[in-house]
Amino acid sequence: MKHLKIDNLHVSIGDREILRGLSLDLPTGQVHAIMGPNGSGKSTLAKVIAGHPDYTVTSGDVLFDGESILEMEPDERARKGIFLAFQYPSEIPGVTIANFLRAALQARLPEGDELEATEYYAKLYEKMDLLEMPRNFTSRSVNEGFSGGEKKRCEILQMAMLQPTFALLDETDSGLDIDALKIVSHGVNSLRGPDTGMLVITHYQRLLNYIVPDIVHVMVNGRIVESGTKELALKLEAEGYDWAIEPEAEPVGA
Amino acid sequence: MSDAQNQLEIDREKGNFRYDVDYEFDAGTGLNEKTIDYICDVKGEPDWIREFRKDALKKFLEKPMPTHWASKDLDNIIFDNIRYYLSQGQKPKRSWDEVPEDVKKTFERLGIPEQERKFLAGVEAQFDSEAAYSNIKEAVGKQGVIFVGSTEGLKEHPEIFRKWFGKVIPTGDNKFSALNGATFSGGSFIYVPPGVKVSHPLQAYFRINAENFGQFERTLIIADEGAEVTYMEGCTAPKFDTATLHSAVVELVALKGAKIQYITVQNWSNNVFNLVTKRGLAMEDAEVKWIDCNIGSRLTMKYPGVVMKGRGARGEVISIALAGDGQHQDTGAKMIHAADDTTSNIVSKSISVGTGRATYRGLVNVPRHLKGCKNNTECDALLINTNSRTDTYPAITVRGTGNACQHEASVSQVSEEQIFYMQQRGLTEAQAMSLSVNGFINDLVREFPMEYSVELKRLIDLEMEGSVG
Repeated sequence: MKHLKIDNLHVSIGDREILRGLSLDLPTGQVHAIMGPNGSGKSTLAKVIAGHPDYTVTSGDVLFDGESILEMEPDERARKGIFLAFQYPSEIPGVTIANFLRAALQARLPEGDELEATEYYAKLYEKMDLLEMPRNFTSRSVNEGFSGGEKKRCEILQMAMLQPTFALLDETDSGLDIDALKIVSHGVNSLRGPDTGMLVITHYQRLLNYIVPDIVHVMVNGRIVESGTKELALKLEAEGYDWAIEPEAEPVGA
Repeated sequence: MSDAQNQLEIDREKGNFRYDVDYEFDAGTGLNEKTIDYICDVKGEPDWIREFRKDALKKFLEKPMPTHWASKDLDNIIFDNIRYYLSQGQKPKRSWDEVPEDVKKTFERLGIPEQERKFLAGVEAQFDSEAAYSNIKEAVGKQGVIFVGSTEGLKEHPEIFRKWFGKVIPTGDNKFSALNGATFSGGSFIYVPPGVKVSHPLQAYFRINAENFGQFERTLIIADEGAEVTYMEGCTAPKFDTATLHSAVVELVALKGAKIQYITVQNWSNNVFNLVTKRGLAMEDAEVKWIDCNIGSRLTMKYPGVVMKGRGARGEVISIALAGDGQHQDTGAKMIHAADDTTSNIVSKSISVGTGRATYRGLVNVPRHLKGCKNNTECDALLINTNSRTDTYPAITVRGTGNACQHEASVSQVSEEQIFYMQQRGLTEAQAMSLSVNGFINDLVREFPMEYSVELKRLIDLEMEGSVG
C-alpha cells in the first residue's frame, strides 16, 4: 500500500493564501471525496499536488510514499504516478489523441525502449470501448472542438491508459448530463483497485451516487473541517455548507 | 554557455562537420570581370553565356541593396571577401565509386546514397560550386527524362536550355538574381518529355563545404505538355564564424497540363545568408506547387512565385518556417494571375523561438481584365517565447468584379496552461513544446513525402530542445 500524504499545507497565489494548513492521507485502494463550496480551494489543492507553476507552497509538504514531491517538475510527478483529470482541459491543436497518448506512454519507458504499436492500440481500443467512445475519436485533435462531455471522457480515457497510482479528479461531473455522468463514472469505477488511490473533487453530491467514496472530506476556506463516511455527503446535500462555514472567516479564491 | 544554447548546437550536428578538400579550381575572393572570365574559361562555356554573365554583373553592381524594406543584416555581407567559384573539377560522376573520397564521405554521412537507393528516381549532389555526382535510374532515363547539372544542360541540350533560361526570372529581377546570373554554377537542369510522369522524386543535395564561400546554383526545370515531376532539394553547411552566402535562382516551366512539385528542406547552418529567387511559369491547365521548409540559415529571404499564364493554371505555395534564436526567416509567396480562371493558394506557417523572427511577405496580383480568378491566403504564426517576433506583410491586389480572394491570418502562442497540461501527462517541457509545434504544422507536414516528414519532425524536436530551460 502506498500513501499520498498532504501535511499541514499552506499555499498562496500572489499575496493571497488559499490553502491554510490542509492535511490529508490518501492510501491506495481507497477513494476519497473532497466537497466544499465554491472558492474553498478544492481545485487549488489538485493543481498544487500536480505541480502547477502559479502556486507557491509557503509551508507544509506533499509526500508520495514518504518522499516529498514539492521540488519535482510536473512531468516528473506525473511519471511517478500522479494523474490530474482537469476541470478545464487544454486544447492541443493538430495533435491527435492517439499521438498524444502514445507520447505520454513513451515518456514513461526507459530510454531506448519503443512502445509496441499493436499492444498500444489494442489497449487504447479496449479503454475506449469501456467509455463508449467511437474509434474515430483517436484521430481528433486533443480537446479541440470537444463538447464538455467529450472532454471529460477524454480525461478518463487518458487516466485509464496511464494507470496512475493516485488520480485527482477535479470536478469531473461538471458539464455532464446524466447519461455521460453514468459512462464516466463507470469508467472511473472500473479503475478502482488495490493499487490506485483516488481523490474526487466535487461541488455536488450527485457524482458520489455513482462513484461511491470510502471517505468524504468537507473543505472550507482552505482547510478540511470535517471528515466522515459517505453519509456525510448526504448531510451536505440536505443542509448545505452553511453549518460548516466559520462566520468570521473571509472567503478565498478558487 | 547556458544549457539551452548547448542543446541548440546539437541541432546542426548532422550537417556540422567538414573534411579538408583540395580545390583544383579557385576563382579567389572578390567579384569582377576577371572572376567571370575565370569561371567561363574553367567551365568552357559558349560566348553567349559569357555575355549573359557580364551583363548580369553590370546589373548586380548597379542595383542597390533592398534595405528600405529588408533586414539591415544584409549590409553585413562583404562581397569582396567572398569566394565565387571553388571546385575539384567540372564533370560530375555517374557512380559514387568514382566520386573523390573526401567528397563521398561527406554525402555518405548526410545519407544521400542511401536515400537514392531507397526512394529516389535520380540524384544530383553538389559540393560547393559543382555537382560531384549526378545520376538517374535507367528506367527514368529511358523515358527521355533529362536530369543533369546546369553546366551540362547548357552544353548538351542547348535547344531546350536556351529557350527557357532566364525567361521566368530575368537577370535584373533583383540584386541577387543578377548576382546569380553573373556567377551561377551547378544546380539542376531537368526536362520531362510530353506525357511522362516521373513516379519517384528527383533529388538534389546542395552542400557548402568551404569558408567565405558563395554558392550560386541555377536550376531550370521544364515539364513538357502533360508531364509530371517532383523535385526535392536539401541543403546543409558546416558552421563557420564568418558569413557564407547562398544565392540560387530556380526557374520552373510547366507547359500545358503539366505538374511540377518542388520541395525544399533548407537546413543551412546559422552563418548562411540564404537569398534565393524562385519562380514558376504555369501554362494552360498546368500546376506549379512549391513546398518550402526553412529551418536553418542566419537570414533567409525567399518568396517562391507562380506566374499563371495560361487559362485554368494553378499555383500553390506551402511554406513552413522555423526561426530559431538569432535567426530571421523572411519568407512568403508571389502569385501573379495572368489568365482567366487561374487559382492560387498560399498556406504559410511560421514558428518563432527565442529571439527568432519570422516574417511573412506575400504578393498576390489579379488584374482588372481577368475573370474567374481565385486566391486563398492563410498565414499562421506561432510564438514560443515572450521575446519571439513575427510580422506579416500580405499585399493582395485583386481588381475586377469576376475574381475572388480570401485571406486569413492568425498569431498564437503556446500557453503555459497547455504546457502544464502536457507535462501533467508525463512529457518534459521540451517534449511538450515540440509536440505543440508539430501539431501546429501537422497539416502541412502531411504534404511532404514520408521520408522527408520524418526528417522534418526530427529537426523540429531538436530545435525545440533548445527553446526551454
